[in-house]
Amino acid sequence: MKSELSDTVVDLTDLEKLVINSLQGSFPVCAHPFAVAAAELDLDEATLIATIEDLQTRGIITRFGPLFDIQKAGGDFCLCAISTPVDQWESTAEHLNAMPEVAHNYLRNHQYNLWFVLATEKEEQIWSTIKQIEQDTGYPVLALPKEQEYFIGLHLEV
Amino acid sequence: MAISTDQLIKTIQDGLPLCPRPYAQIAEQLEATEQEVIDAIADLVEDEVIKRLGVVVKHKKLGYVANAMVVWNVDDSIVHEIGDKLAAEPAVTLCYQRPRRLPHWPYNLFTMIHGKERQVVFGELQEIRQRLKLDCDFDVLFSSKCFKQRGARYF
Repeated sequence: MKSELSDTVVDLTDLEKLVINSLQGSFPVCAHPFAVAAAELDLDEATLIATIEDLQTRGIITRFGPLFDIQKAGGDFCLCAISTPVDQWESTAEHLNAMPEVAHNYLRNHQYNLWFVLATEKEEQIWSTIKQIEQDTGYPVLALPKEQEYFIGLHLEV
Repeated sequence: MAISTDQLIKTIQDGLPLCPRPYAQIAEQLEATEQEVIDAIADLVEDEVIKRLGVVVKHKKLGYVANAMVVWNVDDSIVHEIGDKLAAEPAVTLCYQRPRRLPHWPYNLFTMIHGKERQVVFGELQEIRQRLKLDCDFDVLFSSKCFKQRGARYF
C-alpha cells in the first residue's frame, strides 16, 4: 500500500483527462468493450488500453473495473471512527490498514481522527470486526451504519 | 454452465483484464464461455450490484485535496426533507443519514463535498447553508491523509 501513502497531485494529459472523465460510469459489456469505448471517444483500442494501463501503473486510478454495491450483493458496509491521542494515530492506522475488512481509512482533523469503512460479506461480521478492533486497539469504535441514502453518484471532472 | 455470482465477483473485484477481450479472459478463468460472462456481468449491472464499471479514481492524485465530510445535527422531523435538499446540491457528492451516538456524536446527517481547495469548499458550504436556511449545528472534517482506498472486497 506504499504508493497510496503519496498524495502528490499529478498533471494529466488531455487524453488522460478524456479517459477519466468518460469512463467513470459505464463501460460496454460486449465482446470487444475497449474497441467500442474507444470508438465513442474517437480513439483506437490499443491507445485506450495503454492509457488505462499507464494510469493504473502510476496509481492515478486504483483499478479499472466494477464498483460494487456490496449491500445488494448480500454484504454490508459500516462507517466507523476512532479517537486516538495525537501520537498514537499512526500505529492505530497501520493496524487498521492491515485488516482485510477495512476498505477505506482516512485521517481527519477532528477529535475523532481516524475514519474508516468496514466492508464484510455478512452484517454480523461488521460487529465482530468492530469488537476485534476495540480489543486490539483499546479504543472504543464509533459505529455509524447508513440508515438512509439520499444520493450517490460521485463524478469528478478533471 | 451457470456462473456462480460469488466466483464472478471474486474474479473481477480487483479489476478487468486490460486486453481486447477481457470477458473472454475472465471466462477462461471461470471455465465458462465469453457470452456467459457477458450475460452475468450485464445482470449484475442491471440489478445494480455493480454500481459503476470503469475507472476508479484516486481523488487526491487528481487534485481533489479538499475532501470535506460535513456533518449536521438536523431535527429528526425534517431530516429526510433536508437530506433530499442537500443531495440535490451540485457540490454535495454523497448524503447519508446515520445514527447519533450521544453524548459523543450528535450528528445524524453526513455529506461529502470534494473540491480542489478548502476555501472553495467553505464557500460552497456557506452558500448551501444560506440557500437552505440551515441554522443547525454542523462540523467540517477535512481528510489530511488517505491511508487506504479500495472497493468493497469479498474474501
